Amino acid sequence: MRSSDCFNVTRRDLMIVGAAAIAARAAPAVALEAPAGSTTAWPENFFPTVAFTVNGAPLSLRVDTRTTLLDALREQLHLTGTKKGCDHGQCGACTVMVNGRRINSCLTLAVMHEGDSVTTIEGLGSPENLHPMQAAFIKHDGYQCGYCTPGQICSSVAMLKEVEAGIPSLVTDDLTAAPEASIGEYRERMSGNICRCGAYSNIMEAITEVAGRKA
Amino acid sequence: MRPFTYERARNVREAAIAGRTEGAKFIAGGTNLLDLMKLEIETPTHLIDVNGLALDRIEPTADGGLRIGALVRNTDLAADPGVRKNYPLLSRALLAGASGQLRNKATTAGNLLQRTRYPYFYDPNQPCNKRQPGSGCSAIGGYTRSLAVIGGSEACIATHPSDMAVAMRTLDAKVETVRSDGSERVIPIADFHRLPGDTPHVETAIEPGEVITSVTLPKPVSGKQVYEKVRDRSSYAFALVSVGVIVHPDGTGRVALGGVAPKPWRNEAAEAELPRGAKAVTNSLFAGAKPTDENAFKVQLAERTLGAILADARAEP
Repeated sequence: MRSSDCFNVTRRDLMIVGAAAIAARAAPAVALEAPAGSTTAWPENFFPTVAFTVNGAPLSLRVDTRTTLLDALREQLHLTGTKKGCDHGQCGACTVMVNGRRINSCLTLAVMHEGDSVTTIEGLGSPENLHPMQAAFIKHDGYQCGYCTPGQICSSVAMLKEVEAGIPSLVTDDLTAAPEASIGEYRERMSGNICRCGAYSNIMEAITEVAGRKA
Repeated sequence: MRPFTYERARNVREAAIAGRTEGAKFIAGGTNLLDLMKLEIETPTHLIDVNGLALDRIEPTADGGLRIGALVRNTDLAADPGVRKNYPLLSRALLAGASGQLRNKATTAGNLLQRTRYPYFYDPNQPCNKRQPGSGCSAIGGYTRSLAVIGGSEACIATHPSDMAVAMRTLDAKVETVRSDGSERVIPIADFHRLPGDTPHVETAIEPGEVITSVTLPKPVSGKQVYEKVRDRSSYAFALVSVGVIVHPDGTGRVALGGVAPKPWRNEAAEAELPRGAKAVTNSLFAGAKPTDENAFKVQLAERTLGAILADARAEP
């Protein structure tokens, strides 16, 4: 696929719009055109238009029905922070938040997200203004190769919200009580994010620090 | 992935009619279907998105039970205060399955409809009667460690992967549906999943176009509820063996097993043996089992897991 000339926004623009819109919620709708020539033969029901918000920026996107949310983010919106690992929901590298909940973006179709609000790693923070979880991963060296890191960070941010919301886990002793804020809970809840470098202990230190700061 | 057209269903009736279209499939969470579509194991030509149907509520039934909407996400069902209090077996089973991300997407009906995860089914280069009817079974005579020890046939020995379904079976759930002609029916969970026989590709009692609208649970029963899952790693893996139990102070109760058969494995006659201990129960539950050298361990593992649960229940009633 041709890259940025197909679209009237760049990845950098979108990151900036995203950051601004989180504060102001006033970003204009950006219509993204499909690549010229390649899709005109396709009827609308194979190549529908979907409108959703990414990192605070409202977008309208024409997608092949087969396009996963992950591929729409990476290939069409050029938000390449979200990574494709296994592409089958087994590794967690593609984790993003949709309406505040973490999901595997590889196992959902872009067209199914009409009206949704998607937050990727680019929307959590920027190099100049890191999200506390991003800063904690850097401080505690919570990665080696870094490939799983955006998914680990998005997952951990949403995971701490799940604990706060009182959602139990497999290791919650008393189902009727609020879950503990403990490493045991975090480890179980992060099992959908695989790190083949094995940075788990440092990831846990980063998460524990952020969780402790909130408490 | 093969090309397909896409529509959003606006109501159950419309979905049930659209669902009869040749090549159509419903999509809700999508966590199993899209996985299989990428491998071209599932090749629908039309997807009907049912996420807009208002089937995402958990509410009491007139007889003191619970009605769980087909679209209630696994996370929300596991976290529901009423489920945690009155049906902890269901919460535990849900939380033992998949990952946080997947549970946020996966639905109650989709969980029941999920397909087997065994490697021969997932490998399009291998014959598999479930994937390609009549092509043969690679598992029989192949590597069978994760496969069924009971309930299989000459055509298929796949296991059902769901934890939630084991809890639903233990709790005597019922599946409520609407068919394409608009008629409604209620399918007891015991009749929902089919044994493979000669048609392992037919996995449930659901007809083309039939929409699952909810799953109901009878009013809560007394007793201690336990779900124990044994697997190769402590989280995010399918069961080698899982055991759902409701046990009363007098030693009677219910037992269903996961990971050992093509459907949640429960037998009311075997349950009558509960006061006589785990061995008596599993001897009866596994009567007629055909384990292989590689999966015979599941029989012993189920017995020991049940034994541990019963010992715990006696220690802290």
